[in-house]
Amino acid sequence: MLNPINLAFKNAKKEKRPALLTYTVAGDSSKKQSLEILKAISNYADILEVGVPHNTPVADGGQIQTSAYRSIKNGIKMNDIFKIVSDFKKSKNSKPVIFMGYYNMIFQYGENNFLKKCKKSGVNGLIVVDLPWPENKIFSKKCKKNSINFIQLLSPTTSNKRLKSITKDSHDMIYYISMLSTTGGKLKVSPKKILANYNKIKKINPNKNCVIGFGITEKTISKFKNTDGLVVGSQICKEITRSLNNRQNPVINVSKIVSKLRKKIS
Amino acid sequence: MKVKKGIPVIDQGDRLGFWGGKFGGNFVPETLKKPIEDLEIQFNKLKNDKNFIKERDNYFENWIGTPTRFIKLNNLTKHVGGAQIWSKVVSDANGGAHKIYNATVHCLLAKRSGKKVIIGDTGAGYAGKMLSMAAKKFGLKCKIFMGAKDIKRQQPNVKAMKKNGADVIPVYSGSQTLVDAVSECMRYWVANCDTTAMCVGSTVGPAIFVRICGWSTSQISRELKDQLINEFGEVPKKLKLYNCVGGGSSSFGFWNEFMDYSKKQVEFIGVEAGGPKNSKKHAAPLTYGSKIGILHGAAQYVNQNSDGQIEETESISAGLDYPGVSPLHCFLKDTKRARYTAASDEEALKAYQIVTKYENLRPSLEPSHAFSVAIKEAKKLSKDTIVIINSCGDAYKDRGILEKKLGKKYVKSN
Repeated sequence: MLNPINLAFKNAKKEKRPALLTYTVAGDSSKKQSLEILKAISNYADILEVGVPHNTPVADGGQIQTSAYRSIKNGIKMNDIFKIVSDFKKSKNSKPVIFMGYYNMIFQYGENNFLKKCKKSGVNGLIVVDLPWPENKIFSKKCKKNSINFIQLLSPTTSNKRLKSITKDSHDMIYYISMLSTTGGKLKVSPKKILANYNKIKKINPNKNCVIGFGITEKTISKFKNTDGLVVGSQICKEITRSLNNRQNPVINVSKIVSKLRKKIS
Repeated sequence: MKVKKGIPVIDQGDRLGFWGGKFGGNFVPETLKKPIEDLEIQFNKLKNDKNFIKERDNYFENWIGTPTRFIKLNNLTKHVGGAQIWSKVVSDANGGAHKIYNATVHCLLAKRSGKKVIIGDTGAGYAGKMLSMAAKKFGLKCKIFMGAKDIKRQQPNVKAMKKNGADVIPVYSGSQTLVDAVSECMRYWVANCDTTAMCVGSTVGPAIFVRICGWSTSQISRELKDQLINEFGEVPKKLKLYNCVGGGSSSFGFWNEFMDYSKKQVEFIGVEAGGPKNSKKHAAPLTYGSKIGILHGAAQYVNQNSDGQIEETESISAGLDYPGVSPLHCFLKDTKRARYTAASDEEALKAYQIVTKYENLRPSLEPSHAFSVAIKEAKKLSKDTIVIINSCGDAYKDRGILEKKLGKKYVKSN
């Protein structure tokens, strides 16, 4: 049986488009609202990245930091985040869920406990921003044993040798960071160059689903139509902040954006 | 877990950069793997390169001004009535604190690798001030990340940085102190590591930064060892070395050369910032039993909640106001080579008053924490015990706080 993440990529491929991955922070701006946002955007997105907020994030830009601090300030706890996922998984349009966060949260929960809880609540994959290869080898194997996708990251600074080793050790999906930037940076590299790197990775192993993230927004997304998948995060977090500031409903506004993103790549 | 003899502690980490198998490491985003590896290769080569050592020593001697003084505090010794109290006046160094050693070495490395810009974090402002000085000296552009709260409370150092031509970038996220400055600096490096070198201001961060900083500040104990032999003909039989510990760069440098002596002969005492007397917040993870966690790329004892969110700290001394501590000190704690304790804000202020009353020395609030514990313990020690406090910073930067807490007298009289 195909795992849900692979199935999502396969379905998108059938429609001759990249899979759309969204990133929102769990508990932003409240537990209830972040669940509603997940439910609303899963009408248009194929895979949902759920950010596990951390207060010393070394790779996140201003938009995602704002979302994370808002959520932490509202008292979000790791167990609340698991609950949001399991509630979401009960909804009728549920999609695969990938946690994205920093290793200390997993370390404090205990690797084994964390994975058990992921499995139980329906988390399908993990992106751990500060657990690179080869440090992640043992944990990544543990994930595999628990049928959870450990998603390796690749960046423009990754050497060819590393690209090969990391791809070899990766599971079904890999994540290419488009440029040297924190999340939410403006696309400062030409799409042509990004796609050249993307193709280099695909050549190493065409069977791995490779998504591109960082700098992907409504404005840039249509330039990357011939890829396996695209991640949009900061633009969505920014929209939540904007809606709150204007006393509008973030659920409606965010799902409008995600629906537009989907149209641009369909 | 054991400290090995005959091998520098900075080189005792394993293949992945862990001391004692569990402290340190490289918990960094993939993007930083390459620049960190480049820096490791460069540093491992240069630290054994005679020409590079010669170049470093030349700058240390002629620009930083080594050696810094080693003086007996006669009046304080008499007042306390116990062990002999001495001080290594590291604040004599150009710029007024030990941070100049690490800053200079990082600029030398950046220059050699052809980088044009160097960035750094700062809490008390010393690391930033020194980096801005060194960057100016070596013709590098400089950006300093500093918490907005620290910018307010350490104005003299902020002014110095700007005068040296550095951009001081205020950090408004989180607690607006050192922890956020380090995060923001690392984020900037993630986005600019192809053109920019990063200097981490203490023995914290990914393993290579811990090693470079420890290697640089070890100048302090190299000098001290010579000075002790000059003064006493040998390393004294009962020697106690007191140093404040925030990130841990000055204390590690103050102790490094004495690592292989038995702790019965040379004892290391690290003094963390206990925060205000009536506050639950502190910056003393080693003293108060904080759990191991990951902060700024390294596993270490760190103040955090049960979920793993880093907790806010509180200390009168911006330079010690950090929730974590160097992996090197975690290692020295667990191997029991060093002993750690804390002094409160009030105790540090009291010690500052005592020292300035009896001696022509004005330690900043950071070493005042170490003076506080040293004075207390020296009372109970024999006259042939040599107590040395590293006065690693000058109180000039603390003028505002001292005036507010103690009145004008304590600022003017110095």
